[in-house]
Amino acid sequence: MTLPIFVIIPLGAAFLISLLGKRVKYVADILANLGALSLFTFSLYSIVSISTKGVIVYKMGGWMPPIGIAMVLDGLTVFMLVTVNLVSLVVTLYSVNYMQKYTDKWKFYTLFMLMLAGMNGVVITGDLFNLFVFLEIASIASYALVAFGTEAEELEASFKYAVMGSVASTFVLLGIAILYSYTSTLNMADMSLTLSRGASGYLVNFVAVLFLMGFGLKAALVPFHAWLPDAHPSAPAPISAMLSGVLIKSLGVYALARVLYNVFGMNIVFSNILMFLGALSMMVGVLLAIAQFDLKRLLAYHSISQIGYVVLGLGLGTPLGILGGLFHLFNHSIFKSLLFLNSGAVEYAAGTRDLNSMGGLNQKMPVTGATSFIASMAIAGIPPFNGFFSKLIIIFAAAEAGRMGYAFSAVVASILTLASFMKVQKLAFFGTLNESLEKIKEVPLLMRLSMIILALICVAGGLLIVPFFRTFLQSAVDTLLSGKSYADAVFGAIK
Amino acid sequence: MSVYILCLVLFCVGLHCVLRKRNIIKIIIGLGIIEYAVNLFFVLTGYRAQGRAPILARDQEILNMVDPLPQALVLTSIVIGLAVTALIVAIAIRIYEKYGTFDITQIRRLRG
Repeated sequence: MTLPIFVIIPLGAAFLISLLGKRVKYVADILANLGALSLFTFSLYSIVSISTKGVIVYKMGGWMPPIGIAMVLDGLTVFMLVTVNLVSLVVTLYSVNYMQKYTDKWKFYTLFMLMLAGMNGVVITGDLFNLFVFLEIASIASYALVAFGTEAEELEASFKYAVMGSVASTFVLLGIAILYSYTSTLNMADMSLTLSRGASGYLVNFVAVLFLMGFGLKAALVPFHAWLPDAHPSAPAPISAMLSGVLIKSLGVYALARVLYNVFGMNIVFSNILMFLGALSMMVGVLLAIAQFDLKRLLAYHSISQIGYVVLGLGLGTPLGILGGLFHLFNHSIFKSLLFLNSGAVEYAAGTRDLNSMGGLNQKMPVTGATSFIASMAIAGIPPFNGFFSKLIIIFAAAEAGRMGYAFSAVVASILTLASFMKVQKLAFFGTLNESLEKIKEVPLLMRLSMIILALICVAGGLLIVPFFRTFLQSAVDTLLSGKSYADAVFGAIK
Repeated sequence: MSVYILCLVLFCVGLHCVLRKRNIIKIIIGLGIIEYAVNLFFVLTGYRAQGRAPILARDQEILNMVDPLPQALVLTSIVIGLAVTALIVAIAIRIYEKYGTFDITQIRRLRG
């Protein structure tokens, strides 16, 4: 299996859409959906190929990896690829109808495919500078997509996001420059080998702080979160779903976890910092969310809070903690994109995002109402749905590691999340129908279909921890747990 | 050593420009300065005293050359910086059309 296909397909699709999209009707829709579908198929196939062949390394241009650029497919990469491409497939299905109200739909698909290429590239690359380049491709496409509606608020949010995002990227570049000057290599596996031959602790800590600022801003951890509540609600609903669902995870959490675990090697200091930032994001995000009455803004604050759970789980560093963190990452990308698609459906039908001017939408929009109910219960951690299991694992892991304070704050944040989503359900979907909403209709078929797919995954997602399906998660956990022997796995696969 | 300190000074000038200025065009210029400071630092890490350009010639023996890789990487990063700057300037023009001002304290419709 050739790994560059995960970057080539979206790049090629972006090129073809920008070439043909304006001239031929429907070609943009068809190409984008075909591209996303084939990417999802390939990512499912990669689960099979990794379980039979182990770690796969692709040598770009035939150069041997410490010199040339390598692409590495290991457990964590496969996990992230499936998550990213699953959400993007559903979102492209949804966009066919939703983006009708904007002009120049082909431009949207072009930027969307570029963003997808960047995210897949970040996940699959084994080279640190290559990671930076893909990170910038995804970021620049997302700055443009946030401003896609070109209304005053959208431009303002995009400007804020672009300024903060590019400062963060410079910190990442500075970190890479310092690491390169010390190790004389850019390959992550080789870098990890060189660092383990005795690096000065000051250097590693300084670079780790730079990366924490850079990737932490992309992941919207709390001291660096200010752009997210503006940028995510301003984007069109499918893009909000992509940004909250997968962009902050693949650019932020994945990159941070990969660098800290596999290149530097996790230690107690990093672990404490990650846990503290995670718990802080968890509490601050949910406290800010509870007072919101703009539906999408409320959801954006919940993204900060839920990312806190993921980082708390990863920061614990125990097998159970990492399992919970990664499982929650997958679950959050499903139910948060579903919630954003729901908010988009409400905006499409009723033309409002203000919770106070909604009410009784269940009578008019049964599918949107039912799916949003499932997603709300999943994010709040109510038993049969996927969010319950991952939160439970994180809380158990924190208790098992003796971190009772963090376990308690995770429980409190979960209760506050439930309260906040009870408010959403009560104001928007239950109760008496608002008079101004008498004439609205349920959204078109493709939008309903994509919401139903995600809702089904929300219900069935808990099955991922059943032993039969567990290898998918477990191989990702093992990749992180193996720490610095990542280098041995990569160099073992080259031969 | 002093050249690295100057690099840091340049970085701080850019950061000050981004954080303290009210005009969005000046913020964009500040972003450019930060980028150049980091690029300069990256190129400096590949420098060797009295090193020559890393060009392979047929009849010469190269004894002391600078590291060519940072130069190649910085080229990439300059191109990325150009893309970001072009996009932000385009957004700034649109912001001026909507708000009629470049003053960041008056561009505040998003709240909460």
